Amino acid sequence: MKNLILIAYLDLKESLRAKWFLIYSMVFGGLIALFFIAGITESQVMGFSGLSRLLLMYIQVTIVILPIFILITTVRSISGDRDNHTLEYMLSFPISLSQYYWGKISGRFITVFLPVFLAMVVAVLYGAIKGADIPWSIFVLYVGLLFAITMSFLGIAFLISSVVRSSEMGLGVAFFIWIFLLAFIDITLISLMMQNRINEGIIITIAMANPMEIFRVAAISLFDPELTVMGPVAFYILDSMSQLTFVLFSILYPTLLGLLFAILGYNIFRKKDLV
Amino acid sequence: MIEIKNLTKKFGKAVSLNNVSVNFNKNDHIALMGANGAGKTTLIRLILGYYHANSGQVLINGLDPIENRMDVLKDISFVPQLPPPISLNIDDLLGYIEKSSGVKKEDIFYYAKEMELDLQGNLNKSFFKLSGGMKQKLLIAISLAKRSGIMIYDEPTANLDPKARDNFYRLLKQNGDEKIMLFVTHRLDEVKDLVNRQIYMDLGEIVSDEKI
Repeated sequence: MKNLILIAYLDLKESLRAKWFLIYSMVFGGLIALFFIAGITESQVMGFSGLSRLLLMYIQVTIVILPIFILITTVRSISGDRDNHTLEYMLSFPISLSQYYWGKISGRFITVFLPVFLAMVVAVLYGAIKGADIPWSIFVLYVGLLFAITMSFLGIAFLISSVVRSSEMGLGVAFFIWIFLLAFIDITLISLMMQNRINEGIIITIAMANPMEIFRVAAISLFDPELTVMGPVAFYILDSMSQLTFVLFSILYPTLLGLLFAILGYNIFRKKDLV
Repeated sequence: MIEIKNLTKKFGKAVSLNNVSVNFNKNDHIALMGANGAGKTTLIRLILGYYHANSGQVLINGLDPIENRMDVLKDISFVPQLPPPISLNIDDLLGYIEKSSGVKKEDIFYYAKEMELDLQGNLNKSFFKLSGGMKQKLLIAISLAKRSGIMIYDEPTANLDPKARDNFYRLLKQNGDEKIMLFVTHRLDEVKDLVNRQIYMDLGEIVSDEKI
């Protein structure tokens, strides 16, 4: 445990010094600042206004850029150390592979989750100072969703990092997975649905297996519990489970998926040649 | 003691080590030599538990370096041929070594001073920002401060000036008793005063093993 905390601490410290972390923090902090400057809190679209509107906008943008940020910055974590022989030296000391791997994940989780979370905290604090109503239920749900999506993509990134032989290959795979989950899977499923070749229930189940899709739908569900903006698809989802169950599922499923990928990555990491 | 029995390691179809058997005992100071691709680095990486062998066995003091990596690595010091670009600053790197291996920072400072390396003035500097020679001196100081029974040096003097080389040889002579010291080198004359055994490898096999 002592060594795991040590690895996590060093990874965190290393990340905080890195330029990518500065840019990463500025992007999410800047988004919130931009929303305030643009007067999002004063606008009203489809009944959403004030901080709720701002958080909705923030989450919609986050769903696109957070996964790719996590993938790109994390996928080189182990494969990069392997490429430049840092892994060879650092693992010549008595650190177990589990301490190294899980320490790296823990450190990286704090690094990627903290700026996104703090940006939301800043938004809420600024809103409170301006006298806006704080939508606590939305805030808590979004924190849960951000936690889940971070876990999910961290697991995917560490799995890729353990499997690939070089960090360049890792970056290529990471980018493909991001674009696949973000767009390709939806386009494929829509075309299948239009052709009526597969049962709609199966198509919606496949779509809901995508952690990015779950994140999107769950984010909408708190503003629009009946999911009316989604049209008939809402019936399939809400007939299968209640809104509360769906919200819990949307947090638990990506978290468990991320853990599963991370465990798979660890098993590959310890069974493969290290360098 | 290092026992290597019928060790074979392949990468795809390429055989890097072919049925190698060799033992290293206390007070063996070995020059491991051979052309590029002879299998020297593969052998070292198998000793350190980085590679899974296709067949055969490596035992370090009776322990498998993969199954018992923590116990095995407590007693091994390793200096790679090229210092890696570690982004930690020196203070954090020393902290990592102190906490993971129980090496006292004072000992690292002592050997760094013996190697004529000013550590105090560079504590907040990233390791990769040091010059090649400074990095090598620090890694040597760490290897000596660890006081391991097995010391592995892969071309350790590649970045060192003549004065630093002399310091390095002097410190090894002072600290080599009751230890296994393994030097990967292309030039025997560089380590001839330190070694008492010379192993020559070629195409993944040991072709000669002589006491000097």
